Amino acid sequence: MRYLPLTEADRQSMLEAIRAETVDVLFRDVPEAARLAGPIGGLPNHMGELEVERLLGAMAAKNLPAGAVPSFLGAGAYRHHVPATVDHLVQRGEFLTAYTPYQPEVSQGTLQVLFEFQTQVALLTGMDVANASMYDGATSCAEAVMMANRITRRKKAILSGGLHPHYRDVTTTDARFIGFEAVAMPPAPTGGEDLLALVDDKTACVVVQNPDVFGHVRDHSDLAAACQAKGALLVVVVTEALSLGLLTPPGDMGADIVAAEGQSFGNALNFGGPYVGLFAVKDKYVRQMPGRLCGETVDADGRRGFVLTLSTREQHIRREKATSNICTNSGLCALAFSIHVSLLGEAGITRLAQLNHAKAVQMADRLAAVPGVELLNDGFFNEFTVKLPKPAAAVVEDLAKRRILGGVPVSRLYPGEMEDLLLVAVTETNTEADMDAFAAALTEILGAEVPA
Amino acid sequence: MSMNNQGRPSAIPAASAGFDGVTGTVTGNRGLQIEEPLIFEQDSAGRTGVDLPEVPKVASRLGAVKPRAGVGLPGLAEPQVVRHYTRLSQKNYAIDSGFYPLGSCTMKHNPRLNEKMARLPGFSDVHPLQPVSTVQGALELMDQLAYWLKTLTGMAAVTLAPAAGAHGEMCGIMAIRAAHEARGDKARTKILVPESAHGTNPATAAACGYAVDAIPATADGRVDLEALKAKLGPDVAGLMLTNPNTCGLFERDIIAIAEAVHAAGAYFYCDGANFNAIVGRVRPADLGIDVMHINLHKTFSTPHGGGGPGSGPVVFADSLAPYIPVPYVTHGTDGFALVENAGDGPAFGRMKAFHGQMGMFVRALSYMLSHGADGLWQASSDAVLNANYVMARLQDVMTASFEGPCMHECLFDDRFLKGTGVTTLDMAKALIDEGFHPMTMYFPLVVHGALLIEPTETESKASLDQFVDALRALAERAKSGDAAYFQAAPRLTPRRRLDETAAARKPVLRWTPPVAKEAVAAE
Ligand SMILES: Cc1ncc(COP(=O)(O)O)c(C=O)c1O
Repeated sequence: MRYLPLTEADRQSMLEAIRAETVDVLFRDVPEAARLAGPIGGLPNHMGELEVERLLGAMAAKNLPAGAVPSFLGAGAYRHHVPATVDHLVQRGEFLTAYTPYQPEVSQGTLQVLFEFQTQVALLTGMDVANASMYDGATSCAEAVMMANRITRRKKAILSGGLHPHYRDVTTTDARFIGFEAVAMPPAPTGGEDLLALVDDKTACVVVQNPDVFGHVRDHSDLAAACQAKGALLVVVVTEALSLGLLTPPGDMGADIVAAEGQSFGNALNFGGPYVGLFAVKDKYVRQMPGRLCGETVDADGRRGFVLTLSTREQHIRREKATSNICTNSGLCALAFSIHVSLLGEAGITRLAQLNHAKAVQMADRLAAVPGVELLNDGFFNEFTVKLPKPAAAVVEDLAKRRILGGVPVSRLYPGEMEDLLLVAVTETNTEADMDAFAAALTEILGAEVPA
Repeated sequence: MSMNNQGRPSAIPAASAGFDGVTGTVTGNRGLQIEEPLIFEQDSAGRTGVDLPEVPKVASRLGAVKPRAGVGLPGLAEPQVVRHYTRLSQKNYAIDSGFYPLGSCTMKHNPRLNEKMARLPGFSDVHPLQPVSTVQGALELMDQLAYWLKTLTGMAAVTLAPAAGAHGEMCGIMAIRAAHEARGDKARTKILVPESAHGTNPATAAACGYAVDAIPATADGRVDLEALKAKLGPDVAGLMLTNPNTCGLFERDIIAIAEAVHAAGAYFYCDGANFNAIVGRVRPADLGIDVMHINLHKTFSTPHGGGGPGSGPVVFADSLAPYIPVPYVTHGTDGFALVENAGDGPAFGRMKAFHGQMGMFVRALSYMLSHGADGLWQASSDAVLNANYVMARLQDVMTASFEGPCMHECLFDDRFLKGTGVTTLDMAKALIDEGFHPMTMYFPLVVHGALLIEPTETESKASLDQFVDALRALAERAKSGDAAYFQAAPRLTPRRRLDETAAARKPVLRWTPPVAKEAVAAE
């Protein structure tokens, strides 16, 4: 077996050193009835690389890669072009095969990356500080709510109807088991929703998403002020991190906590994971944050260096009193995020965000020109909602048959609801030809159905 | 809390400053150890490492939101970015470069085949919300992985959703709560957790609204069965037990433990972080376990990536099988189907935005297929053999906390350092100078100054011998009264010991632009 360096001779001499007759003896504390006599049944024996490649290659070939066809899927996961440099660097063994930087003297690489990542996230979100990552945007969102409960010592969260329903569900799942109230507002596909009136002095936080799940962009400054007046916190969720390159950041709107999905930078779609949760807060809340934090310090020679810090918040020190149970986070995805953001730089990120927006505007106009199709958004970034004269799920199936991944039917996210709505995301990867093909196919599919 | 504004010496001294007092060189570099400033300290406005097309001229449609004035990111060209991260990588120790016996973390070799498979466009370039008809192979992969995990554990059901071990714990404890609630049993307010448990166990129980009650260990490093029985009652929802436990020992009484837990109407959660010791040789279902998480990033070799991502599938016995979160894969009439909404069923909710850590699933299945049943048998055998060999070879110079045989890791405490002035930490730092990553220090908490060594099966005998020889020599040196040597270690690393107290007292958690720094300082 290619991964196992011990030879039979090694094993024998090691057993002698241990004074054990066989390896089986070493398992003597396992109850006899539970010890298998030999390799477990029902599974194949070992395989060479080539055989594994054939097997997994065959499975991969049964999927339609988004990049192989015009693709307009978003709803919390976005297909962006990732520069070749990113994947090359994240595969360096020194990054890929290191553990959490518990021994800082031999982990300065990972630690400096985390320090830079935290800074990039803070700059992008317009917040004071960010942590070293969470599992994904949805768990960041749930952790933000729990953090707001701790800070305000209140137990009610108001979740905007524009919050991605999966983020909502992760948060309400926690609410059920942890024992706080999560008031989820009904979805508002046309954008109208008045949260201001709901904030009272029992409210721990209000959670809004920007752009929201239907693509609407909004200025939440008034809501931030209303929250502040009632002693509640404003949590802003961002599922398309690239929007932070163009839009007024949540920090400037007065957000107390930003919980975001960072997949758009450096990370492939990966059928939903691994992704990278971003978590940023105002300075004064740092000690209530979940997750790891990297900080600057000096070494014994007085030189600048980095360490994991403020760990008295964390489970390995605080145990049942920790701010969160998170341990392993999304380190390598954070590295990919960071490298991509470094490559883009100020000029690149602005241009990439503008490019996404401009293409989305072009696509929205093209779809709105299709008979029977109505655009629901006034303001949007790179994703918007259209109303179709026919159930969107069927249209999307039909489009897939024509080898176009034409967006996410809203009913996939809200089963049985809003069946005529379709979410369409456009990125720099979509060409003019892609957009033309999508609009043409949609015209054709809807053609028969549109009333005269 | 205020930012630290006093400024630190920049990583790169100006050449005009002359020869650096620490390194003896003008640059502060030491041969292959090259100093690297922060990315923010290498900015040139307007420079970029990505060429993008012209932005089409269309009127922007941002509604009421204004475009932001700027982000404040630095501009670098691609070669600079490549060099930056390459130099940073060279300041890391990694399993690719050497022995990494970090107990409880299973730092085994990470096969590159797995990386290649995870990057097949059919897996990596698939959107989680594509029509199910276009992702049949992805669902098949998840189904296959589920089959392997169920077969290896003997359990009835599995969820692949959780993102890491701690997330899996959360999922398991939620399922336990959901099952009690489904029976209308709301009196159970406690979870029992041994003192030796990993910090995530009590943190998880507390996060799920349970009080944590610690159970003591016996002198032989295992759960005190009588103490456990005394604590079991109608107020106990479950037991969270790591097996093999965090002392590297198999819980001999495990079947009696399971019976006692079940007799009290509670569930038995097993922390499967140490599954590597028994995978392919022992099925957790045969031990009476109701629910267990598996760290794919330990047992099944998906890389740790400097802290993540991981993946923490959870297996369930029949008793808890209905209470799994969404989404999950089913066999439909038309191929594989994906259940994404709990609806009115017993599924308790959702853990994560999408379907789990697909990239990790591919790597783990690639690992499983490569090993097969025979390879896994050999892998767990070698993991246990390696740990027992290290233990046997160190036993006369260090103090093993418990009698062997151990499983995949061996635990020492600091009694052998008594009176030497050398601590567990000092010993770890001296090992760094010898070219090894230290073992896990100060965990588990049940012994003083713990040193937990997990070699894994992918280490050769030569590598174990070199480590053992070094550690033996260091132990002798400590006993000979050379504490100063240890206290000054490490000497040969890119940085010497870092001041963690200062870091926590006045946290500097981000770079701040020099202008802002000056402005704040002037206030
Ligand atoms: C015994 C034990 N339990 C749980 C965990 C938590 O796992 P994760 O870091 O994947 O969340 C660890 C990880 O270090 C562990 O060693």
